[in-house]
Amino acid sequence: MIKIAIFGFGAVGQGVAEVLLNKRDALRRLIGDFRVVAITDSKGGIADENGVDLLKALEIKRKRKRLPEGITTLDVINSLDFDVCIEATVTNIEHGEPGLTHIKECLKRGVDVITSNKGPLVVAYRELADLADRKDAKLMFEATVGGAMPIIKLVKNDLAGNEIYAIKGILNGTCNYILSRMEKEKLSYDQILAEAKELGIAEADPTYDVEGIDAAAKLVIIANSLMDMDVKFEDVERIGITNITPEAFEVAMDKGYTIRLIAEVDKVERILRVSPRLIPIQHPLAISGTLNAALIKTDLAGDIVVVGKGAGSKETASAIISDLIELYRC
Amino acid sequence: MLITIVVELKDQPGQLLKALEPISKLGGNIVSVYHQRDKITPLKRIPVEITIQIDERKVEDLIEAIRKNGVIVRSYNEVRLTATTSLLLIGHIIHTDLGDTINRIDSTGFAEVVDMHISMPQLNHPSTAMITISATSEEKLKKAIEILKNTCREKDITVIEPLELQ
Repeated sequence: MIKIAIFGFGAVGQGVAEVLLNKRDALRRLIGDFRVVAITDSKGGIADENGVDLLKALEIKRKRKRLPEGITTLDVINSLDFDVCIEATVTNIEHGEPGLTHIKECLKRGVDVITSNKGPLVVAYRELADLADRKDAKLMFEATVGGAMPIIKLVKNDLAGNEIYAIKGILNGTCNYILSRMEKEKLSYDQILAEAKELGIAEADPTYDVEGIDAAAKLVIIANSLMDMDVKFEDVERIGITNITPEAFEVAMDKGYTIRLIAEVDKVERILRVSPRLIPIQHPLAISGTLNAALIKTDLAGDIVVVGKGAGSKETASAIISDLIELYRC
Repeated sequence: MLITIVVELKDQPGQLLKALEPISKLGGNIVSVYHQRDKITPLKRIPVEITIQIDERKVEDLIEAIRKNGVIVRSYNEVRLTATTSLLLIGHIIHTDLGDTINRIDSTGFAEVVDMHISMPQLNHPSTAMITISATSEEKLKKAIEILKNTCREKDITVIEPLELQ
């Protein structure tokens, strides 16, 4: 019996609960019997050693916007017995909290961790990976980069044995949406940003996306976890998309290029940067809409390209569930 | 354009000046001077390879002037710019002294701005330029891009680099 605790019950946590509920039988065939023994959010939580009623928890959260008060994530970690935590609290890339403490406390107790939270990994990847090793626990984080687009396990498993020279990718769907709409509509950055906000693609304060901060955080995770580097967020050279004009697309198009925000790590050339780049219109990274994509340069397999949905509740749940199955496949 | 000239000089003081003096007179810019002492001729002359940046139309005059000074010109060739790439610039490109921006590349001796296409949508709005740079090798091209990026940082111009150098 696999006992699961879910920390963070926003879009991602709820998406995971829904999949665990709706795909219960298929998942049991893959990983055996499982139950969720605790769910917490920033205000409170529900815990039951015999299994939390997921449907009821989802109903409560939707109705009251919060789980019942009286229990905290640290209470759950300190008093409940569980095998794996799904850490889906809000990202903070400056100090990593509250996720960083959750993950550390779980790993210290030998509890496996699956996280969608970039913050703790950006701040302390090496420390967390070492801690997991020492405690013989697993740290899984497919959902931190590229949403549903497979990249972490793709490189670790399917490209195992390859040396990764470089990875260039579109790691922020919001920027890609804005740039591809500017390309097609010849409208200004401000006009398309307003549209993206209305559609819920961009946040009210879009800084985190449009200044390349989100993409840079993901790039740091990729560099440290897949390319054996030891880099910090501050090491990323970063230029956002706010200066790009509609004319820039016209001039670029005349020469057969478009413009996309590219996150690039190159071990050979010692490059670590997020910046708008000219992309030939036929290139596989010249994708449109909120998609994510990555071009992985390897010694044996040559170039590999993956494309997929970079965000969304169901899509992120896909990455988390795949980590869960990887951990416990019978 | 960038050319290399190979001259043969007697191993005596003042010989090199005879070859260099016409270059500055014709407004050329000397990029490098290399004495090939290991390739000394049977008549004990030293081949010297001189690389210069000069107006294309003055090359013939230059060669003639060097020969008139009594220097043997063994060969001269245009240096081929084999690596080329295009970059996009966004900002106040004209009013931050476009001539100076281009000159910082052209004066390197190993790279040149070979094409430029500018779009100026409105007065006082940022303009956009597609700038094409050629250099003598991919390494030099990377150096030229670094120079351009530094120049543009000073002038608050956004540089959009290509995904890969072709």
